[in-house]
Amino acid sequence: MVYKLLSFGFFIFLIFPEKNLDGGECMDINWQFIISTLPLYQKAAWITIKLGFWGTLLSVIIGLVCSIILYFRIKVLKELVEIYVELSRNTPLLIQLFFLYFGLTKLGITMSETTCAITGLAFLGGSYMSEAFRSGIEAVSKTQIESGLSIGLSQTQLIRYVILPQAFAVTMPSLAANCIFLFKETSIVGAIAIAELMHVTQDVIGMYYQTFESLFMLVVAYLIIILPLSFLLSWLERKVRYAEFGN
Amino acid sequence: MNKENHQVLLEIKDLHKEYDTRTVLDGIHLRVHKGEVIVVLGPSGCGKSTLLRCLNGLESIQGGDIQFNGESLVGSNVNWQKTRQKIGMVFQNYDLFPHMTVIENILLGPIKVQKREKKEVMEQATQLLERVGLSDRKDSYPRQLSGGQKQRIAIVRALCMNPEIMLFDEVTAALDPEMVREVLDVILGLAKQGMTMMIVTHEMGFAQAVADRILFIDEGKVCEMSEPKEFFTNPKTERAQQFLNIFQF
Repeated sequence: MVYKLLSFGFFIFLIFPEKNLDGGECMDINWQFIISTLPLYQKAAWITIKLGFWGTLLSVIIGLVCSIILYFRIKVLKELVEIYVELSRNTPLLIQLFFLYFGLTKLGITMSETTCAITGLAFLGGSYMSEAFRSGIEAVSKTQIESGLSIGLSQTQLIRYVILPQAFAVTMPSLAANCIFLFKETSIVGAIAIAELMHVTQDVIGMYYQTFESLFMLVVAYLIIILPLSFLLSWLERKVRYAEFGN
Repeated sequence: MNKENHQVLLEIKDLHKEYDTRTVLDGIHLRVHKGEVIVVLGPSGCGKSTLLRCLNGLESIQGGDIQFNGESLVGSNVNWQKTRQKIGMVFQNYDLFPHMTVIENILLGPIKVQKREKKEVMEQATQLLERVGLSDRKDSYPRQLSGGQKQRIAIVRALCMNPEIMLFDEVTAALDPEMVREVLDVILGLAKQGMTMMIVTHEMGFAQAVADRILFIDEGKVCEMSEPKEFFTNPKTERAQQFLNIFQF
């Protein structure tokens, strides 16, 4: 927790040293510009949050379903999931987005930019989440399952009360990393004309040539979004892991 | 005490179990009467644990029949969920659910599987916990308990389902001597109350004290089946004599 705050402070310190290294005066920052473009960034930040939120949520759902299919080795579906995971993990998000946005139009499927972006993020994130969940589910020992069966739990109850909670405790750290990864990946979807943070920043630079101020705002905006998320995930991680691991 | 004229609760007829080509159980016959305590003895790998695991469907069987309360437990249309509620099982490594507190562990089965009232189950659980001397640990997590405590909780968890028979699979094998005692005392108490039990163990003194009959298995076959006193003082088969000699120094 302390380190997360320090990282923020360190960034500010790097940007605003009291004196420049060559002894000159501190660089001139155009505060007026920053204030005037603030609403633009605010709007873009909300879009980034929206994309990140839905992308992550869908990823978790897709990952969960895929990992359960893999765990039970359901015929045909299992092969499909394996193909999906390989396809999605071994191609860049940018290419996936282009394919969804431009490629599918050719097949007669058109999606709005936002739908397209969320689908892309979910497509990429789903496979990462699936692998994370799978490792967690595989970590649940066979004797735990037998012990659940021996008190008469059904398969669904076994998953709900024994396997998933334990898998979750093991998976939580990589799950958290994946969430943050997906929020950062939203910076790519600007490529299909969505006015999220990265896209807006490029526009602003293009229009006003205030490169430093624009990039500074971009970094601060991402930190403002992701640091609280990171806090939340750390808290959740401690909570989920407490029962089993005590930390 | 002779319980042979009690009602037959569990009947095993010519049970065969194979892993690939290796035969683990080779024609086991056994009748367990209500209230009877059967201790299963035998060298490692003789199939004792496998026998218990077959009885509640954790292992498939390749031949023979198992009847519980007159109903067959063989074939694909057995309702294991229902049967397992009546056959309590306790494992060597406790296998409490690590993500749940002691009381959550105990309540899971009765509430979610048997759909019983929480209040009523809670009362029973409290009583059982008191009986095993752990009523103050009900909000602890398994990792905060010692091995012996965990095993006693595992017994309570199985008991709270109101089973008709309890299976104990080497429940003290992973414990150190002082803890063995506290767990065995609980099982001894159950025997006195008339619980039907099948116990796999390596504690010979305990076997002698608790058993109505000793079932000695070797290489998947019943070698000897007799009253404990007779088995320990005057074993009939050579294999059993050999086995018992190992425990003497």
